[in-house]
Amino acid sequence: MSPAWRSAAQLGLLNCEDCRLLSRAAPGMHEGRCPRCGAKLHFRKPNSIQRTWALVIAAAICYIPANLFPVMTTITPFSKSSDTIMEGVVLLWSPSSWPLSVVVFIASVTIPLAKLIALSYLLITVQRGSIKSNRERTRLYRMVAFIGRWSMLDVFVDTFVVALVQLQPLMSVGPGPGVLFFAAVVVFTMIAAETFDPRLIWNQSEVIYGRHS
Amino acid sequence: MADTLDKNELSNVPEATSVPKKRRRLSAVWIIPIVAAIIGGWIAVQKYLSQGPTITIRFGTAEGLEAGTTKIKYNGVDIGTVSAITLSKDRKGVIVTAKMAAESKHLLVEDTQFWVVRARISGGTVSGLGTLLSGSYIGIEVGKSKDKRQAFTGLTVPPVVTGDVPGRFFLLKAENLGSLDYGTPIFFRRIQVGQVVGYDLDKDGRSITANVYIKAPYDQYVNPETRFWQASGIDVSLTANGITVRTESLVSIVIGGIAFETPAAAPVLPPAEPDTVFALFSDRSEAMKPPLGTPHTYVLVFRQSVRGLVPGAPVEISGIHIGEVVSIGMDFDMKTFGVTIPVTVKVYSELASERLVKGEQGPAPSDREHMLDKLVELGFRAQLRTGNYLTGALFIAFDLFPNAPGAKVDWSRQPVELPTTPGELEGIEQSLKNIVQKLDKLPLEAIGKDVRKALVTLNQTLTNADKLVKRFNTDLVPETKGAIIEARRTLEAAVRGLNSANTVFLGPDAPVQQEFRDTLQELGNAARALRVLADYLERHPESLVRGKKAAPLPAAVQHPAQNGGK
Repeated sequence: MSPAWRSAAQLGLLNCEDCRLLSRAAPGMHEGRCPRCGAKLHFRKPNSIQRTWALVIAAAICYIPANLFPVMTTITPFSKSSDTIMEGVVLLWSPSSWPLSVVVFIASVTIPLAKLIALSYLLITVQRGSIKSNRERTRLYRMVAFIGRWSMLDVFVDTFVVALVQLQPLMSVGPGPGVLFFAAVVVFTMIAAETFDPRLIWNQSEVIYGRHS
Repeated sequence: MADTLDKNELSNVPEATSVPKKRRRLSAVWIIPIVAAIIGGWIAVQKYLSQGPTITIRFGTAEGLEAGTTKIKYNGVDIGTVSAITLSKDRKGVIVTAKMAAESKHLLVEDTQFWVVRARISGGTVSGLGTLLSGSYIGIEVGKSKDKRQAFTGLTVPPVVTGDVPGRFFLLKAENLGSLDYGTPIFFRRIQVGQVVGYDLDKDGRSITANVYIKAPYDQYVNPETRFWQASGIDVSLTANGITVRTESLVSIVIGGIAFETPAAAPVLPPAEPDTVFALFSDRSEAMKPPLGTPHTYVLVFRQSVRGLVPGAPVEISGIHIGEVVSIGMDFDMKTFGVTIPVTVKVYSELASERLVKGEQGPAPSDREHMLDKLVELGFRAQLRTGNYLTGALFIAFDLFPNAPGAKVDWSRQPVELPTTPGELEGIEQSLKNIVQKLDKLPLEAIGKDVRKALVTLNQTLTNADKLVKRFNTDLVPETKGAIIEARRTLEAAVRGLNSANTVFLGPDAPVQQEFRDTLQELGNAARALRVLADYLERHPESLVRGKKAAPLPAAVQHPAQNGGK
């Protein structure tokens, strides 16, 4: 890592996120408004850690009912069965459709949980001022941000099935309360990934190296 | 790079508009996790509050039950789910653990009953068809007790009558179950008024007792005189009476049923008390028979084949049913080496007494004995008769046979033996046998020998006769021919002679005839003269003495003589 690298913050420069105009921060100020488009300017996303923590905790809370409540209710003239995500995984776990079971398990159970853990890890390391494996942590962040848009797959499948399987007298499928919580988990983690400022990962090393320079 | 950055270039960068700093300690974003926590917590509390008691139910088998899937339903509403199924400790049953809904707390009392609902086609109702596809569920019948309970024992069969349907239970005793089952309908004038709710084998194993339930408006028609009978499906019986087919309704044809009725002659009685025991008759005619009274058992010993006689065959007097055959045995008489068949019959005294002793109700034993003694003396005998020539079914008839050999009733033996007489067919058989026996006695062999001898002699005679005839042919016939020719010639000569004689004697001008005619004329004249004389002598008998007088009436006397003389 070359000490010659300088971040915008170190040079007291602000980049407008809307019009990309570069501006100088007023002395002693960390924030300001873009002189051209009037957008809010800041060296780092304000309250990033606090906001991300809030969203991560909210997602973690929602993760519990998302897995305990049924996501889909199938009604036939003879029965009414409600299945949670894990019950679906178990239901699919058969010699013929185990790959599907694995896909559902990974997409619906593992990934949201992994996102929550990853974000928590990033937050904790940033708060502790860790300077180790910054690159890896940044890559992890990118992965979390990338995967976010695909996490709604389950919700999409659920809405499609509910919309299509409405053969009223014979069979109908309705959403379970679990899918709402699941969607909340996905949305909260996506927003959390958005509110997390990856520049924070590098902050401490910048300070260190800044001091040196 | 930053070090090499032109200071002027940096100073050229415009300064950002400064905004007064608003320092907030806590971000508003914390509302989100708080709201999420509140919702989550509220749901958790809800879940916890909605969780009802956990109960255990003991069943004989867990067939159709599945942990996590099988529901417990009360009137079709889910009130619980089976959470676990384990074998009982004694391994004789299964323990089903079920999580009940919170609102089901008051349903779980001391006398609450559980049973497994499976698809069931019985009792005129097809129930639980849904369970064929959805699997079985556990039904519940809530008790009336106030005491709470957590461990139950499930019923093996669902109770037919659930809820508080008013009505009454009665008990029916039958010899066998027939086509009865749980839920078998009960008909009153072909209206379905109740159901069989259970049955059990009696402790002695000799009969069954069925528990029946009759719904409220109809239970009042059941009084102590009411008769119940099995309207079980199609009742086809082939008896001495021919083929009988009886049905109650289409439903009962398929699944059987029970019908009841009170005989019209029965007195009007108040409705029967619940749990009154009734006899379940096998069919209507049996049920509607007048009360039979106490049966008397008699033994009838037959010395003939009883093929076609079955236990239950009727015993009749002049075609009136008075009892039935109970059993048919077999005895071997060591003295005569003959097979005797003792037939035990049941004769209902009231029936018999009503018919035999008019006006008397239930005769005292001595009366009965006396009466039977008298009847037997008069020739009262049991006889096997054919009831149905098609099937050969037999029945026993009592009748008077004045010519029957004398018999006495021995009242000291039990059961009392009544005398029998050979049956109609047997009688015919007997006479045929007699004829055959007589035929047997004929010395047919000797006769045959004699006949053969006679035939041999006859043969010889015939041969001789043949020879004789041949000799006739050869010796006698030519001579005969000659004789015949001679005879013809003689006859011809005779004819010629006769012809000539004819001309002599019979021709119109034959001299013989002429003379004959004259002779006859003379004879006539003579006769006339004699008559005149006779007439004269009659009028004048004195003339015989005195001689003829000169009479003035000669003309009258003479005229005929003159006429005759002409």
